[in-house]
Amino acid sequence: MHDMIAIYAIVALLGVPLGIYIARALSTQPSRIDTLFRVIETPIYRLAGVNSQSVMTWQVYALAILKLHVGLILLAWLVFMCQGLLPLNPDGIPGMKWDTALHTAVSFATNTNQQHYSGQAQLSHLSQTFAIVTLQFLTPATGLAVLVAIARTLLVARPVGTLTGVGNYYHDLTRTVVRVMLPLAAVVALLLTSQGVPSSYQAAHQIEMLDSQVEEVQSIPLGPVASMVAIKQLGTNGGGWYGPNSSVPLENPTPLANVIETASLTIIPFALLIAIALISGRRRLMMGIGAVMLTFSLISTSVVVSSERMPNAALAELSQPGANLEGKELRFGTDLSALWGSWTTQTSNGSVNAMHDSFNPMGGMMVLMDMFVNVTFGGVGVGLIGFFLYLMLAAFVGSLMVGRAPELFGKPLETREMRWISLAILAQPLVILGLSALTVAIPGAAGTSNPGFHGLSQVLYEYTSAFANNGSGFEGLGDDTTWWNLACVIALMVGRFLPMLVPLAVAGWLAAKRTAPAGRGTLPMDSPAFMGLTAGVIVIVNLLGFLPALVLGPIAEAVTQGF
Amino acid sequence: MSHTELAKQPRRSLPISQVVAGAVKGLAPHQLARNPVMAVVAIGTVVCFGLTPIAFAQGENGGFALAIALLLLATVLFATGAESLAESRGKAHAGALRKTKGELKAAKLNADGTTSNVTADSLRKGDRVKVVAGELIPADGDIIKGAASINESAVTGESAPVLREAGTDNSGVSAGTKVLSDHLIIEVSANPGESLLDRMIALVEGANRQKTPSELALSVLLAMLTLVFLIVVVTLVPMAAFVGVETSTVMLVALLVCLIPTTIGGLLPAIGIAGMERAMRANLVAKSGKAVEIAGSIDTLLLDKTGTITLGDRRATEFAPCQQVPRQRVRDVAFLASLDDPTPEGRSIVALATEQGVDVQLSEEADGATFEAFSAETRLSGVDLTNGKKLRKGAPNAIAEWVKAQGGDLPSDYEQVIARISRDGATPIAVAEGKQILGVVALSDVIKSGIAEKFAELRAMGIKTVMITGDNPITASAIAATAGVDDYIAEATPERKLALIREEQASGRLVAMVGDGTNDAPALAQADLGLAMNSGTQAAREAANMVDLDSDPGKLISAVEIGKQLLVTRGALTTFSLANDVAKYFVILPALFAASFPALGVLDVMNLHSPTTAVLAAVLFNALIIPALIPFALRGVSVKAASATELLRRNLLIYGLGGLLLPFPAIKLLDMLIALFI
Repeated sequence: MHDMIAIYAIVALLGVPLGIYIARALSTQPSRIDTLFRVIETPIYRLAGVNSQSVMTWQVYALAILKLHVGLILLAWLVFMCQGLLPLNPDGIPGMKWDTALHTAVSFATNTNQQHYSGQAQLSHLSQTFAIVTLQFLTPATGLAVLVAIARTLLVARPVGTLTGVGNYYHDLTRTVVRVMLPLAAVVALLLTSQGVPSSYQAAHQIEMLDSQVEEVQSIPLGPVASMVAIKQLGTNGGGWYGPNSSVPLENPTPLANVIETASLTIIPFALLIAIALISGRRRLMMGIGAVMLTFSLISTSVVVSSERMPNAALAELSQPGANLEGKELRFGTDLSALWGSWTTQTSNGSVNAMHDSFNPMGGMMVLMDMFVNVTFGGVGVGLIGFFLYLMLAAFVGSLMVGRAPELFGKPLETREMRWISLAILAQPLVILGLSALTVAIPGAAGTSNPGFHGLSQVLYEYTSAFANNGSGFEGLGDDTTWWNLACVIALMVGRFLPMLVPLAVAGWLAAKRTAPAGRGTLPMDSPAFMGLTAGVIVIVNLLGFLPALVLGPIAEAVTQGF
Repeated sequence: MSHTELAKQPRRSLPISQVVAGAVKGLAPHQLARNPVMAVVAIGTVVCFGLTPIAFAQGENGGFALAIALLLLATVLFATGAESLAESRGKAHAGALRKTKGELKAAKLNADGTTSNVTADSLRKGDRVKVVAGELIPADGDIIKGAASINESAVTGESAPVLREAGTDNSGVSAGTKVLSDHLIIEVSANPGESLLDRMIALVEGANRQKTPSELALSVLLAMLTLVFLIVVVTLVPMAAFVGVETSTVMLVALLVCLIPTTIGGLLPAIGIAGMERAMRANLVAKSGKAVEIAGSIDTLLLDKTGTITLGDRRATEFAPCQQVPRQRVRDVAFLASLDDPTPEGRSIVALATEQGVDVQLSEEADGATFEAFSAETRLSGVDLTNGKKLRKGAPNAIAEWVKAQGGDLPSDYEQVIARISRDGATPIAVAEGKQILGVVALSDVIKSGIAEKFAELRAMGIKTVMITGDNPITASAIAATAGVDDYIAEATPERKLALIREEQASGRLVAMVGDGTNDAPALAQADLGLAMNSGTQAAREAANMVDLDSDPGKLISAVEIGKQLLVTRGALTTFSLANDVAKYFVILPALFAASFPALGVLDVMNLHSPTTAVLAAVLFNALIIPALIPFALRGVSVKAASATELLRRNLLIYGLGGLLLPFPAIKLLDMLIALFI
């Protein structure tokens, strides 16, 4: 209990200065740190041949994002398929098959890191460091860039006509990578190295086993693991060097390493609340959003922790009653595994230090719900962007309830905006439920390791994880098939770009409209009542849509097992 | 701020057959297609009816399918009925106003100056008609020649005659009103079917009704929610099959209909029509639904002082003497000078003097006196008594000139007294006898009773009020302070009004204003809500997007209330509709799956009788909630003077939390009732 409170406290304490730093680092106002970072940034701009000063409209900004991502996906796809022929492959790993490679490329380019392969066995050092880690830096930076673009367009009150665009993507992206992601990841990587996480380009160690009955030689793959683990935790990526992710001692060797990695899950999403409060000047609004997020977080964590403290029903007659330790590392125990499990789904991270598949049904359902909601902190940048999407919906209904034509921050929300906001919200049930239904309807497509309720949970979890850009999985699913790879690619792409770009578009459209000054008659967006409404909208839109599926999956499982 | 005071005409009882016929007509596919939520319910109805004989044939529970089908049909009928009811009420009101018109005869002026008798229906825009005393005006129009007193009670319900005159800001006349005196030449301003009332009727008629902007955006949202739940229900089939549960189609249709926002979807058209109807009941004729809606979002109200903040005329409130003149002498002279003065100001001076104890015998002094009426040239009036005394009252500088012309001097404190009276917001009227100025009468604007409270309410709602007046700044500021407006514009001209509107709009605010003159037209057009007086000129009525038949500038405040009510009603019922879903899940999901997995019975928190009664109860609740909420939809949710924060908190509590909780006991009760019969 105390360890969990301590980790929450660490995030809160370190998140505040980090938020202040991020606000300064991304500000367009000149500052002292500029001279330091320009040395790195200017050559990058020159090398990429981009103009970092021009102001982009939202359309140009969005197009720049899409162009860069299509390029990155194609490049990574090629690298994964051809890694057998490329250098930095000391273990002689062959190329991936086309659909797994495509899924992997899209998965990492969407900040999801869903893996239909096992990291250390199927990726070369080149693939891991060049393709994967590059994407692990660029994707959270893109989320953060878009968030800042939305914040300065939508949240900062400006007279109509003074704002010509939403910002410059290359400028925002480069600054985020150079000024925020790289320094922070370096610090965390060094801390993890000090705890014993490998940091090497050597080939796998071949260890002779003491008990040669089991296996004569064990191969322990190495690599620049610490740097990858740092950015996978910080950037809400989640894809680890090793298949079992942070449950394996090589990725997460000590109690301190576990604390560092757990705190790294939420530190940037939390710090962004502070940063956006400073950038936009809307402190009360961001405090309100923070309060809603924290409430959701505490509810989720409490449910998962108390669920995992209960015995595993499958072992009822076989062992001493006690907490559910199936699929968990004894060195972490249930609490720290449950805390990680709830945080990694709250933040769309997806790294694990325990197997979610083995959580008790209530715990498994809660982490699933975290991913439906996906704005309890959420991914770097995109968590808040997703929250804004619900805020827009709440503002629409809320404005009506105070007797005004729908407005968001004093700007009229009209049919065009509502059509796109609706589409972004509709996409989630359409993709997750639609693909799940198709998968279980097509004979042999599901490849589930369990029949019945748990099998359905596995399928639902996989698509939810893909759409939420989370990346964690209910293990045991035979997901490296062409069907799963391609279906997940759809979920990954729609789940990443629609909820990210629609708020950007809405911000761009609204910027050109009149702004009614806030007063006694306008919707108080920073009031507790409005935050309550927003929380209600999030719960109703997400949970009500998925409740029937949940009833057939984890809820049925829970009640048939007597919890 | 109730609207009952506005409802001057008694509500007519509605023919029920008309409402029912309208409800049934609403079932036509092209009508249902306008409302995606109800279209889904209608399709569900057809599916359930289709499944009924199949279920009977297969020996299954066909009665259940039939019951669900009938309940769904009722749901659709309640929705179309709500719309039909609102429509009938609107049309009944507008129709009554229009009734006389078809029977009207008109004396149409021909090019050669002769007149020919035609029916009012045949008049076209630009035609000229002659109307003499005792006749009804055949069409909406503008007086181009003549002046007359007119009884407008057919339109406004107010029987006191009003003066309408060519070439003034009061040249507009309405069809069906009666000319009481003189004769008029009127130019017809609208073709048949295009008059204000015709347009208003079109706004409430379902078939051609245009959706307003926020209604359109809300429809998008409701369509999205409907699609979400459609996806939820459709995908449930293979998922249930995967875990070995066969789902009943009738059950799934019931689940779908319970989840989609039928309450707000069913009442949305009625809410919009009822908003128009409330406006009409207040004698406000909106030219579009958008005008009524935008009124709710108004941030700044530009209000004419006269008629809105003050009663039309000024009244004498004080006799202020100059130098050592006794107060009674000022009173007596002012009294004598005003005895024959027919203006409201003159009469108010006589009234005040009488109140302050003037000797009634004094009036004999004025016997045989010659009355000097007020003229724009002299700007004074008074009497020449038979004893040779000349008594005058009038504008201070006019009196000063008159006295000087006779060789008199001004009292040394004359300017001071005048300045003090102006500062108090009153108009000074100087009183002189011969070449001596005796003192000053203060004519004060009488501020309407309750207006300060009204402005306080508006302020509480976050609306800024700006008083527009032709008065000088000193008088204006005093009245503004007493009435409690936020700001004022003194010595206002139409150009200044227009400039102010643009200024407010540039800072993002929505502005409403009132006007009647031709020179108000640009400002009325520029304002987001322009309210023209029906007595105003044709240009003003054309430029405005709302016309007040009562020609009461204070109506602007009612317009804002009606608009806010319209929007709040939509928001509150949307919230209610969505919050209802939670309870319905707890009814239908266990009913759907508990047979296959008895353990799921724990979700049945209401402990309902059986899956059949549970689903019937949920669908019945879902249907009955529509007629239960029709009064809310038609009357509108109250927007009593409250800030947005209070309104949000209150409506969330009532419609959000209430919507969450109410279905639990209601469905339980219905379940118990149904269990008695099954």
